[in-house]
Amino acid sequence: MGESVQDKIIRIIAEQAVLEPEDVTMTSTLEDLGIDSLGLVESIFAIEEAFDISVPFNANQPEESDFDISSVAAIVKAVEGLVAEQQGT
Amino acid sequence: MRRVVITGQGTINALGRDVPTTLNAFREGRCGIGPLELRDVDRLSVKIGGQVKDYDPEALFNRQQIALYDRFTQFTLIAAHQALDGADLNFSGDLAARTGVVLGTAGGGVNTWDENYRSVYEEGKNRVHPFVVPKLMNNAAASHVSMEWNLRGPSFSVATACASSNHAMGLAFQLIRGGGADVMVTGGSEAMLSFGGVKAWEGLRVMSKDACRPFSANRNGMVQGEGAAVFLFEEYEHARSRGADILAEVVGFAMTSDAADIVMPSQQGAARAIIGALKDAKLNPDEVGYINAHGTGTAANDKVECAAVAHAFGAHADDLMISSTKSMHGHLIGGTGAVELLACIMALRDGVIAPTIGYEEPDPECALDVVPNEARDAEVSVVLSNAFAFGGMNAVLALRAAP
Repeated sequence: MGESVQDKIIRIIAEQAVLEPEDVTMTSTLEDLGIDSLGLVESIFAIEEAFDISVPFNANQPEESDFDISSVAAIVKAVEGLVAEQQGT
Repeated sequence: MRRVVITGQGTINALGRDVPTTLNAFREGRCGIGPLELRDVDRLSVKIGGQVKDYDPEALFNRQQIALYDRFTQFTLIAAHQALDGADLNFSGDLAARTGVVLGTAGGGVNTWDENYRSVYEEGKNRVHPFVVPKLMNNAAASHVSMEWNLRGPSFSVATACASSNHAMGLAFQLIRGGGADVMVTGGSEAMLSFGGVKAWEGLRVMSKDACRPFSANRNGMVQGEGAAVFLFEEYEHARSRGADILAEVVGFAMTSDAADIVMPSQQGAARAIIGALKDAKLNPDEVGYINAHGTGTAANDKVECAAVAHAFGAHADDLMISSTKSMHGHLIGGTGAVELLACIMALRDGVIAPTIGYEEPDPECALDVVPNEARDAEVSVVLSNAFAFGGMNAVLALRAAP
């Protein structure tokens, strides 16, 4: 087994925020971590590449997208769902 | 001070192959956005655009021309012929030397890049056509216009993303007003609806998958378009002495830079450009009856643009009309300001304000008269055209009815 979904996402977000992974907690919001709209789009791209999934996210309607970005925990849950759905594992 | 008037116009875009058809579409509130027809469209997540459909370059250009003309150059030449062919100007001697070409395009020959990268990377070919470079360069369209009509004055291309055409037309205006030229062919063109062109935009996640709905609370992004519009700008006395049909007068121009963010717009930068254009034209804000908005249909642009207009005009913001024709022809990126200038001239000449179509729900953050869904008859004597580019580069033009 490699890195867990949670560890991978924390690594991606930490890199984007220029922080150490241990500084990113499950309750952190992207705003808390200083990630702006461009950083968010880049993080989603990195997540898509890391998990080989397609993330439904429109920057014009973040609240209406099926992808919950309200906290690190929400992102982990959403990615786990997408991996299960799109890779059937 | 030398005055500058518009004495010719031409276009090809998703709404039509000429100016009358395009203006009819504006009057009818017709939408030119539909399913994209291009290679590998099934691999795109955004599958709509304001595309010029049923387009056959071979019916318009010969084989040698097609070898040199990217789609954006073809669109430019089609629009330029319409703008110039009826003008009765003989471009030789002094007039040729005093006439130039300034055209906007953000991407230039995007289809040429796309096709040739495909051929060397995907198909593994080791040889490309010898004219790839002169075909894809951003100034190719301006150069071919200069050659077609023997225009020997100041000529160049302008690339400021979504403000390219407005910057180009503003510079053409300044060149004539300042004495650097007597006549300028100006406007812009874009042909970015290729697989790579759309794929690149998808990455930003600001594109709508269903429609462009500027200022509507349920807007969900921009939709790309393609095409060109080209105008003949001319020094007023020159136009008058030859009895030219004057379509409108260009009275002011301003450009500003946000110096802030590579993609997020700035209310202050936009407002400074609007106020600057009014000052340049020596206009009172309350003289402006209509603004052709940048109005991309993204969450960020429309809200910031409305706030900038409210700030620049104060109480008069509630009395003027502002619409985004991108809802009909899509966002032509570097060519968009040129196609949108057609709506500005229509407002001044015909007293018809082009609508913002696709408008479904009022947004309290865009609480201006956006001329929703239906064109409106209204007499206006002064109009503005806004363009606010990625990279924070803003360009606003002010036009007045023909003198």
